[in-house]
Amino acid sequence: MTDDLGPLADSGRFHEPLALDATDVASVRQALRLMLRIRRAEERIADNVATGVIRCPCHLAIGQEAAAVGVAQHLRPSDRAFGAHRSHAHFLAMGGSLDGLFAEVLGRDTGVSRGMGGSMHLAARDIGFYGSVPIVGATIPIAVGAALAAHMDGRGDIAVSFFGDGAVEEGSFHESMNMAASMQLPILFVCENNFFASHMHISLRQPSNRVARFAEAHGIEHATVDGNDVIAVRRALEKPVSQWRQRHGGPFFLEAVTYRWRGHVGHRDDLDVGVARKDDLAAWQGRDPIQRLSDALVGAGHLAATDRDRVDAEIRAEVDSAWNAALLAPFPAEGELLARVWAP
Amino acid sequence: MTATTQRRSYGEAIRDAFAYLLASRPDVFVMGQGLWSPWYVGNSMTDLEVEFGKDRVIDVPVSEVATTGAGIGAALAGYRPIVVHPRVDFMLLAVDQVVTQAAKWRSMFGGGSGVPMVIRAIINRGGEQGAQHSQSLHSWFAHIPGLHVLMPATPQDARDMLIAATLADDPVLYMDDRWCYELEDDLPPVGDVSIQDIKPIRRREGTDVTLVGCGHSTQLNLEAADLLAGVGVSADVIDLRALNPLQPSIVCDSVAATGRLLVVDGDWRSCGLAAEIIAGVAEHGVMQKGNVRCARLTHPDAPAPTSRVLEERFYFTARDIVREALALVRA
Repeated sequence: MTDDLGPLADSGRFHEPLALDATDVASVRQALRLMLRIRRAEERIADNVATGVIRCPCHLAIGQEAAAVGVAQHLRPSDRAFGAHRSHAHFLAMGGSLDGLFAEVLGRDTGVSRGMGGSMHLAARDIGFYGSVPIVGATIPIAVGAALAAHMDGRGDIAVSFFGDGAVEEGSFHESMNMAASMQLPILFVCENNFFASHMHISLRQPSNRVARFAEAHGIEHATVDGNDVIAVRRALEKPVSQWRQRHGGPFFLEAVTYRWRGHVGHRDDLDVGVARKDDLAAWQGRDPIQRLSDALVGAGHLAATDRDRVDAEIRAEVDSAWNAALLAPFPAEGELLARVWAP
Repeated sequence: MTATTQRRSYGEAIRDAFAYLLASRPDVFVMGQGLWSPWYVGNSMTDLEVEFGKDRVIDVPVSEVATTGAGIGAALAGYRPIVVHPRVDFMLLAVDQVVTQAAKWRSMFGGGSGVPMVIRAIINRGGEQGAQHSQSLHSWFAHIPGLHVLMPATPQDARDMLIAATLADDPVLYMDDRWCYELEDDLPPVGDVSIQDIKPIRRREGTDVTLVGCGHSTQLNLEAADLLAGVGVSADVIDLRALNPLQPSIVCDSVAATGRLLVVDGDWRSCGLAAEIIAGVAEHGVMQKGNVRCARLTHPDAPAPTSRVLEERFYFTARDIVREALALVRA
């Protein structure tokens, strides 16, 4: 096969610290903090899925934090992003609150979706996160519509559609790519290619593991990057985002090659349900997006090892506090079942 | 015709609604297949793209899912899009976007993500078009919490319901019927209409039998009521107009008075609107007063045929309604 990802798909590669280049250190340190926050929050969720405290299905993005953060660092609150089933990371990367996320996965009234959505239905319009849903590919055309609205508004805002490598097998994806390209809309398509759709490896689902070939078919500019390298993700988007802010340019497609450490759903790793990926998983854990970034920052003298530990401790305290508050939050009132079906 | 009314066909009345909305509301735009070649949609959208521009009356690729989803996204981002599907049958490709997305976002996200969009789907049947160019399926969609379903039976309703749908803060499936396009009426001046005011109404008063329908079936019921009057039977004709949320109290009141209910519905029988109306009347307690008789007239439970001979068996007429009504009255 010639049209494939090559070294990017090799779990034994890219284990070394990230190359910082002339990167803005302050924002990279911020990226590290955001990724750690996602990691610790999702670990807390995983622990509570394991014990049954959380009942709703939770799809965790542990190991995939860099794509969410690298994209989010280009966004502003007037942009409009859409996610899918595995979107805690997108929500948190865009500045979503831990309190709102934890309360939501616990079905509490103080959740971001007022306890009506759970893990798979998050929305926070104030930060530009318009909604995530678990029907595969369903938000891709919705994001195209939000891009059409941004185009009509003419203020340089953009839409972002996050999805995985399974979604590119849906018709909604191709209809949306074609429409966005033919209308030249300001939309960023982000495919986090983690090689799995549920239990099925991409090699069993597609003739090539390089998803960006679909962008070529639809005449859309694209980049394929190491999705566990937050700096590479950010750099790939600099040009299209700056064009969009000046009200130029059509869609852009980013393929972020990554890997999820947990299973399709829940706290386990899917080795328990017979997915043969033990060696691959161990190797990919060596391509840890957080470790590689923090090692780079420490190695270059931009971050003291003690500061790294201090930041982690601060985030763990933040997670503790938000989790404990969510456990005490009220459930939705019974009347809410019918009260929110129609506009008031 | 008085100085303040205008003679309009059903199709022209729909175009009047589009023109009113596009002129008065900068947040309204329209998109769908065939909009720059409006023979797709009869005379209901002629030259709108010339009058209002191709950036507000948008023709789209052959992509029902993307077009419908894009309507949702634009609605979430502050617009009031009207997505046009020139035929119900093709809209079915986009059922996820209608049923699982548009109708659910408000409730599912805790109330803050309403989807103020219109999905206009045109019922276009007959003429030997066959099984895949004939469906209505309004009962399916009326089953969905969070999705308004409106079916206009008259030129004024065709205009006013499209306006009400567009000004509503929730998704609305607006289903007009090509078999009504030549109907004419004198219409009062156009203006804003609230979806709260779109309720079932009595189109004709009567005492012997209640005829219930929506859309084109209401026109057949009115025709049948004329024929029934000729044989001394007085029919009370109720036009449902809004199928979801359904408000059947006027039907119950009518049946309490007439004691006979015939529901006429241009869709299939099994698990359909006609069954829902009769169930609503039963739950209301009207039946307990004794001697209430109910019947339904629908399409037979088969895909629509092409051959004209079979089409005549498939689609009911006013005469069929008269036959069923007389059977109820004389039983």
